[in-house]
Amino acid sequence: MTPVAVMVGANRIVPAAGIIHPLGNAELSPDDEKALRRRIVEQALQALRTEVAKPTVFSSA
Amino acid sequence: MPERLRVVCYVNQFFGQIGGEEKAGVEPLSRDGAVGAARAVQQALGDAGTVVATVICGDNYAAEQSDRALAAMVALVAAAKPDLVVAGPAFLAGRYGVACGALCAAVQAQLTVPAVTGMHAENPGVDLYRRSVYIVQTGAEATRMLPEAQRLVALGLKLARGEKIGAPAAEGYFARGVTRNVVTETTAAERATAMLLDKLAGRPFASEVPRPSFASVPAPRLVKTLEGATIALVTDGGLVPKGNPDGIEALNATRYGAYSIEGKDALDAAQYENPHRGYDTTWVKQDPHRLVPVDVARELEQRGAIGKLHETVYSTVGVATTLAQSARMGAEIAEKLRAAGVDAVILTST
Repeated sequence: MTPVAVMVGANRIVPAAGIIHPLGNAELSPDDEKALRRRIVEQALQALRTEVAKPTVFSSA
Repeated sequence: MPERLRVVCYVNQFFGQIGGEEKAGVEPLSRDGAVGAARAVQQALGDAGTVVATVICGDNYAAEQSDRALAAMVALVAAAKPDLVVAGPAFLAGRYGVACGALCAAVQAQLTVPAVTGMHAENPGVDLYRRSVYIVQTGAEATRMLPEAQRLVALGLKLARGEKIGAPAAEGYFARGVTRNVVTETTAAERATAMLLDKLAGRPFASEVPRPSFASVPAPRLVKTLEGATIALVTDGGLVPKGNPDGIEALNATRYGAYSIEGKDALDAAQYENPHRGYDTTWVKQDPHRLVPVDVARELEQRGAIGKLHETVYSTVGVATTLAQSARMGAEIAEKLRAAGVDAVILTST
């Protein structure tokens, strides 16, 4: 859904794990799932401290 | 010969010749006949109508005491028993434009009297009221008062006489978002082909289906370090406490909720549900962190990676939600977050 976020003008966009579970994945073990979630949230924090001038997608690390 | 219509004008303190910014606190008052800029409306009306009263209100009073000002102005308008209300034109004056839109909307709804106003495209009153009020497009400044008043009056007379109102471009008002069936001579295929040929040839063409325009929002800069910042979690993925206490709609939401996570290191799935009908919520209901990452955010807070996790999560349902409702809810949530000292937001979306 990141193209929609860009189109409507969201400024800092972090791709997540999917529409039905943006911050998780039931197919992973609980530990791996939480690690995935931590990576996405940390990337969001990284995006927050990055200056942007237009809608920017921060590609997954 | 139709009888002369009774017209009431609304102008601010400046156009009502009371004074400038020093008189912007003036409370609503009514003067007999056409005063100040209302004289241009009278001139435009000619024999078609008479400006029986001019209602005047200071811009600051209208903006700061908007409910009280509006009620008083509606009462003053009602006392003059108008067939038509002409507000402004407000040009690019923001407080004035918003007051013109609010008064027209109230007069239409409460007095069932037709109303018209005019302003510049960038006046905030346009976006706030063009869906409910006929707003004629004017210039930014009052340099062409009479011709602009004539355009307001021309549309106003049609409204007052119950005549058919043409398309926005033809009549010069801002599109109200109304879709109307019309009969055309050519099929859609022929019109689309003609449009394409115009486009290829570099000629101007007008789409029949205007796309919504999204205003660009300047990206704010995080002024603090993350270690000192308060971060809030917001979602449009529909997570709500069991029982959906705010009755957030399953689609086309008009409501949002504020839910405390104070003292919680994690969310207990048994305490939450999800009315969102735009995606399969099975996995989020199994584990709410798949939508609202309270668990890892709390760990980051405890580790000192962020200063503080805001103790309120805001949630709504983002599916088939109108742009207007989304913008309103977003603005309200942002205002509350700012008042609570939140520095940045992670908004999770499905």
